[in-house]
Amino acid sequence: MRLRDFPEEELFLQGSAACQGCPGSAALRVAFKALGRNTVLCVIASCTSVLQSPYPVSALNLPTLNMAFATGGATGSGMAAAAERLAARGKFREKPTILVWAGDGGTYDIGIQALSGAAERNADFIYVCYNNEAYSNTGTQRSGATPYAAWTTNTTKGKEEWRKDVAQIMIAHGIPYVATASLAYPTDMFRKFAKAKEVKGTRYIEIQAPCPPGWKFPSAHTVKVARLAVQTGMWMLYEHENGKTTYTAGTQRIIQGQAKLLPVEEYLKAQGRFRHLFHPERDEERIAAIQKRISGLFEALQFTHKMKEHLMDIEISPRL
Amino acid sequence: MKTIQEHGEEKRVRMRLVETGNHVAAWGARLARVEVVSAYPITPQTQVIEEISRFVAEGEMECEYIPVESEHSAMAAMIGAAAMGVRAFSATSSHGLAYMHELLHWAAAIRLPMVMVNVNRALGPGWNIWCDHQDTMAARDTGWIQLYCSDHQEILDTVIQAYRISEDPRVILPVMVCYDAFVMSHTYMQVEIPEQEAVDRFLPPFRSLWKLDLERPFTHGSVIYPDDYEEVRFSMQRAMDNARRVIVEAAGEYRELVGGYHGELVEAYRMEDAEYALLAMGTLASECRVAVDVLRERGYPCGLVRIRSYRPFPAAELRELLSPLRAALVVDRAVSFGMEGPLFSEVKAAVYGSGNPSIHGIITGLGGRDVPYDLLVENAEAAFKGRLPAGSYWPSVRLNEHHRLVKRSLEEYWRKEGVR
Repeated sequence: MRLRDFPEEELFLQGSAACQGCPGSAALRVAFKALGRNTVLCVIASCTSVLQSPYPVSALNLPTLNMAFATGGATGSGMAAAAERLAARGKFREKPTILVWAGDGGTYDIGIQALSGAAERNADFIYVCYNNEAYSNTGTQRSGATPYAAWTTNTTKGKEEWRKDVAQIMIAHGIPYVATASLAYPTDMFRKFAKAKEVKGTRYIEIQAPCPPGWKFPSAHTVKVARLAVQTGMWMLYEHENGKTTYTAGTQRIIQGQAKLLPVEEYLKAQGRFRHLFHPERDEERIAAIQKRISGLFEALQFTHKMKEHLMDIEISPRL
Repeated sequence: MKTIQEHGEEKRVRMRLVETGNHVAAWGARLARVEVVSAYPITPQTQVIEEISRFVAEGEMECEYIPVESEHSAMAAMIGAAAMGVRAFSATSSHGLAYMHELLHWAAAIRLPMVMVNVNRALGPGWNIWCDHQDTMAARDTGWIQLYCSDHQEILDTVIQAYRISEDPRVILPVMVCYDAFVMSHTYMQVEIPEQEAVDRFLPPFRSLWKLDLERPFTHGSVIYPDDYEEVRFSMQRAMDNARRVIVEAAGEYRELVGGYHGELVEAYRMEDAEYALLAMGTLASECRVAVDVLRERGYPCGLVRIRSYRPFPAAELRELLSPLRAALVVDRAVSFGMEGPLFSEVKAAVYGSGNPSIHGIITGLGGRDVPYDLLVENAEAAFKGRLPAGSYWPSVRLNEHHRLVKRSLEEYWRKEGVR
C-alpha cells in the first residue's frame, strides 16, 4: 500500500475548524479513507468535538453522534448492540463499522472505565484514541498520557510522573486487536485500520497526535515531530493480535537493526514543552532519565529479536 | 383487567400473574418489544434486569442485553442504541440515577425516545435502600417526562404507554417510569398481562425524529453557539407541552385497545363534591386514599388528587381541581433543602391566582419511613383547620434513642476537643 493507492473519496471534508497543522484532522482523514463510507461515528468530548465545526455545518461526512466525555466505550456498545439487532432484521446491505473517536483525556482518564467495560464485554466496535498527550481542547492541561517532564498549563515545571500506557492495558483485556499508529507513517496507519475493520469485537487503535499549540512547535512540523517520536523511541509502532505483538514500520526497523535509535534529545528539542530541560541550563538528570528508559527498552527488544532469529536458525538447520 | 368488558367487546387477557413490581416492569419492556437493554444492578431495581436477562437468554425476547459497568454507561449505551434507530430500555434507582445525571440531560436534549424505569429510593449517606422520591425529584429538570405509578398493573401499562408517548412525533423526549422501592418493587400483586397482538396494535414499531443514517450522514450534538442554543431548549419545552395531550391520548387509546386505565396526568378520587383535598404521588397516594375515606367519615368532604405525571406538570388540571376548594394538603416524599417539599411548591405555583384555596404541605416518609393513614388524617385535619405551621411541616420527625446517643457522644467529643 502506497499513499497514491489510498481511496480518493474524502469523508473528512474541507473547511473544518481545526487548528493549522492539526494531527486530529489528519488522523481522521486516513481513518475514514481506510474504513470507508459504511461507518457510523461516535465522537466524545475532545478537540474533535470542535474541529468538526459547529452547528449547522460539519466536516464529518459520516453519520455522527457527539457524546459526553466519559461515554466512548458505552456509547459504542449501545451502537454495536443496535447494529446487531438491525442486521438480524436485515436492515443493512452490509453491517456498518462502528467507530468511536476519543482523545487521550477521554481514554486514559475520564473514559477508561467505560472503555474497559466495553473491552471486557468485547463489544463490536473500533475505538480510536488520538493521543495528543494533554487536554488540548481546554488549553493544554496534563493528562494520564502526558509524558514525564513535559510542560502543560498545570505542570509548569514539567510533569513529575511517567505516563501510563493504555495500549498495554487494552492488550491485558484480551481484545482481538490492538495497534498503535503515527501520523508520520500513514500507510502503516491505513493498513492497521483496514485490518481492524475485518476483525469482530473490540479493536483499539492509538494514534500519537503531536499538537502544535499544545506542544509548542511550528504548525508545519506536525509530521516531523511525529516521525522523531518514532525514531527516538518516544512512540512505538506495533500491533497485537492472537496473543502476539508485532512491531511495525519505523519501530520495527530500529529493533531489527536497520535503523539507528536517535537520541531522545532530538525529539525533546523540537518542542517548546520540553524547553525547560535545555534553558536556561541543561537538565542532565531528567534528560538522562528519559533516555535511560527508552534505551533500556530498545536494548531488550533488540536482544529478544536477535534471540528469536538465532533460535529460528537452530530450528531450520537440518544438520543440528 | 379493569376493563375486560368494554364497548361490549371482550378484551382477551393473555394470562394473570402474581408478580413483583420489578418483574412486572420487565414484562412491560418485553411486551413493548424492546431491542436493546443496558443496565447496571442496584437495589431495589435488580429483579427488573434479572428478569429481562432471563427473557433474553431463554429466547423469549429478541433483544441485546448489555450488562454495562456503570449507570453512566447504561444511559450512554441507551443513547447509542436509540440513535441507531432501535427501541432501548433501562432500569435504575437512587444513586444509579444520580450517577447517570449528566446523560439524562444528553438523552433529552439530543431528542431521542427511550424509556427507563426508576425504582424510587433514598440517597445516601447513610446508606438507605428504602423508598422516597428524592432521586427522581433531583432529575426533574433534565427534560425527561416523569410518570409515577401506584400499583403493579399501572407499572406494566405505563411502561408500554411510555414508549407510545416518548416516540410520538409531537414529543420525542425520554420517559422515566417511577415506582416506589419495596412497597411496589418487591411486593407481589396480581397483574393481567395483555396479549402481544393487542400491545402491538397500540404501540407501532419504533419511530424517532432522527437516526444515524448511512444514506444521509448528519452530525448530531455538535458545538452550538448562543445564537442557536435557546431554540433547542425551547423546542424541548414545546415538546413537554405537547406531551400533556399525548399522555391523555395514550391513556385513552390504551384503555380501548389493550385495557387498563389509571388516570391521565392526574387521577382524582372522590373529588366531585370535594371542598378539601390531599395531593400525593406513588404509594403515598394509596395511603391518602384510605385517609380520604376516614376524613369523609369525620365530616370533611375530602378527595384525593394523585399526580401521575410530574413532568409535564399538570398545572391546568390542578387549577381546575383545586381552585374551588377551601383547603388542600400536599404530601411530599422529598425535600428541596432550603425551601420546602418540591411538590408543595409546585402545586402552589400552579394554583396561584386562581381561586383561593389554603394550601399546606408536609414532608414525610423519607428513607422508607412508614406513613400510616392516621398520620395523614391527623395532619389533614390540622391543615384544614388552618393549624399547620407555614412551610413544609415534618410531622414524623422525632428524636429517638439512637439520635440521643449520637448527640451525647458528639457533645462529649466537642468538650474534649475544646470546641465551643
